Amino acid sequence: MTVSAIPSDNGREMTIKITGRFDFSSHQEFRQIYENASPDIKVYIIDMCDATYLDSSALGMLLLLRDHAGGDHSEIRIVNCNEDVRKILTISNFGQLFRIE
Amino acid sequence: MITHPTAQPPGQGLRILIADDNQSDRMILQAIVRREGHEVLLATDGREAVEQFKQHAPDIVLMDALMPVMNGLEASRAIKALAESDLVPIIFLTSLQDAESLAECLDSGGDDFMSKPYNRVILKAKINAFSRMRAMHAQLQRHNRQMLLEQQVAKTVFDNVAHSGCLNLPNIQHSLSPMAVFNGDTVLAERKPDGGMLLFLGDFTGHGLPAAIGAMPLAEIFYGMTSKGFSMEEVLREVNSKLRKILPVGVFCCGAMVELNFHNKSARVWVGGVPDVYLYRGQSGQVERFASAHLPLGVLDPYEFDPHSLDVVMHNGDRVFLWSDGIIESRNPADEMFGEERLNQVFARTDHPDRIFQAILDQVDHFMGGSDRDDDITLVTAKMVDIEDIGMTTYESSKGSIGGPVNWTLSLALHEQSLAAFNPLPLVMNLLMEVEGLRPLGGQLYTLLAELFSNALEHGVLELDSGLKTGPQGFGQYYLQREQALASLSDGSVRLTLTHRPLEIGGELIMEVTDTGSGFPFADFGDEQPESDPQPSAQWDYSGRGITLIRQLSDELTYLDGGRSVRAIVRWPRN
Repeated sequence: MTVSAIPSDNGREMTIKITGRFDFSSHQEFRQIYENASPDIKVYIIDMCDATYLDSSALGMLLLLRDHAGGDHSEIRIVNCNEDVRKILTISNFGQLFRIE
Repeated sequence: MITHPTAQPPGQGLRILIADDNQSDRMILQAIVRREGHEVLLATDGREAVEQFKQHAPDIVLMDALMPVMNGLEASRAIKALAESDLVPIIFLTSLQDAESLAECLDSGGDDFMSKPYNRVILKAKINAFSRMRAMHAQLQRHNRQMLLEQQVAKTVFDNVAHSGCLNLPNIQHSLSPMAVFNGDTVLAERKPDGGMLLFLGDFTGHGLPAAIGAMPLAEIFYGMTSKGFSMEEVLREVNSKLRKILPVGVFCCGAMVELNFHNKSARVWVGGVPDVYLYRGQSGQVERFASAHLPLGVLDPYEFDPHSLDVVMHNGDRVFLWSDGIIESRNPADEMFGEERLNQVFARTDHPDRIFQAILDQVDHFMGGSDRDDDITLVTAKMVDIEDIGMTTYESSKGSIGGPVNWTLSLALHEQSLAAFNPLPLVMNLLMEVEGLRPLGGQLYTLLAELFSNALEHGVLELDSGLKTGPQGFGQYYLQREQALASLSDGSVRLTLTHRPLEIGGELIMEVTDTGSGFPFADFGDEQPESDPQPSAQWDYSGRGITLIRQLSDELTYLDGGRSVRAIVRWPRN
């Protein structure tokens, strides 16, 4: 599994793309991406188009990102989820904390 | 405390076994190795090498491949087997040159090889390298032993905390692997003072100690509050705020909680982050699902947390099933998931409801075949039964005070804002249980107080129609109305006045509950009803005010002031 970051042209958004299984093994990589992100980044987009699965550790990582990005004031969108990924996000009701598109 | 290993400097003072059938080779090697400061053991064939190993446990073995009696390959297999998990490096000494023979040396358990004639510098370097590897291996083993020891201790503590509940009741079945606690799974069950039961299944994020550690405060809160008579909402609220406070961001607990009421045959279900809770109807074989409607515990701040549950009517023989995602996400060797469809098939195909639990475990096991378990199969089910089948709650107080307060009066009035936010029963029960003579009556007193208080609140102050509670829809409807009425309550109060006084033998507790409602025509309920009630449980239904039950539980029951006030007296010892 890999995590890659693509900052947008205007410098305010960052897209984090997840490939393969999103689980504990990507903890370090994922954390480094948002911790090293420029303070100008206000919007995070998690692109799940190539993510096959996520486990509860991945949900935990999303919460860590949310906390880093300002908690209740954060703006994080989770996009392009496949059915399995969407199901896990639905069961845990993460729609209350993130915009799932 | 951290203990540092007393490691010898690598390459110094090792015990090295040299096995070679050629005497001159043995002598050359011995001379080289001794000069480096190591102790030398000698063997002339494979069998001697194994004997020397058994007796003197050398650190490193230099082994000739071709020897009489037992060759080096066989001997190294034997030594590796004897060494078990210790690392004993074996370096083959060989004049063989072809790749296949050299590979065979490594396949039989050798760690490296050296070609004849021996080069002193290379031999020294290899001994040093393997000595470093041995030290690292030993350290890893120490850490591993330490970790297992810590887990054992942690598990013992956890078991003492978590297994104080009622999971052994005949109407509960559960599956939790012995080490599941370190995968963050937990199953808890505890009786309420009124005979009801709270059931919880939880799944913490992550693995190992970090996951297990959160389960301890959770279990403490769950058992403590449930047995004191707090409601499911209050238990959930407290668990959530505690976990939110102590767990780092990103660690939380997915879970489901179910409250079973064996008196009025109902359940309340809360699901946050685990797969659908199933309600299996014993009569029809139908399954009703309760989908996760909440974020997991420990994610939201206390003021954002929503402990609202769904109410459902149950019948004897109905069962609830709670599980973590381990079942649905079990994978077979072809990496397919077990999935909901297969799970539903188990329900549809199993011939007897009592066998569904075992059938699920068997089917998942069969499905997985030989593939590794990446998550534990954690499952709990509970059946609706009559309270007589499982007995009332035994109320024990660990405070062994003798006698306790015997002569007192407590008056507590709750006004509109407090009525919505505070449950007075645990507080009052705590006081009552200080009276030694009342302790055996704990369950009964709780039920009595709970009924009197909810009648005063729901039918008195909130003026809800108890007739609503007939039928499955009405039951949910009733609780919805109750909630709305409580939220918008602008005026009203309930007063509890409790007096305990000693009698010649034992004592008596007088409970008066008064509300600001408009009263009710209590005569209709047959105040002069004959003592002998042919079928008490049949008299209890949703719409009655539980008056039959209240009457049974008290020695005297009187309605006053047009039904706005009720006085119940309980005397002890009960005959």
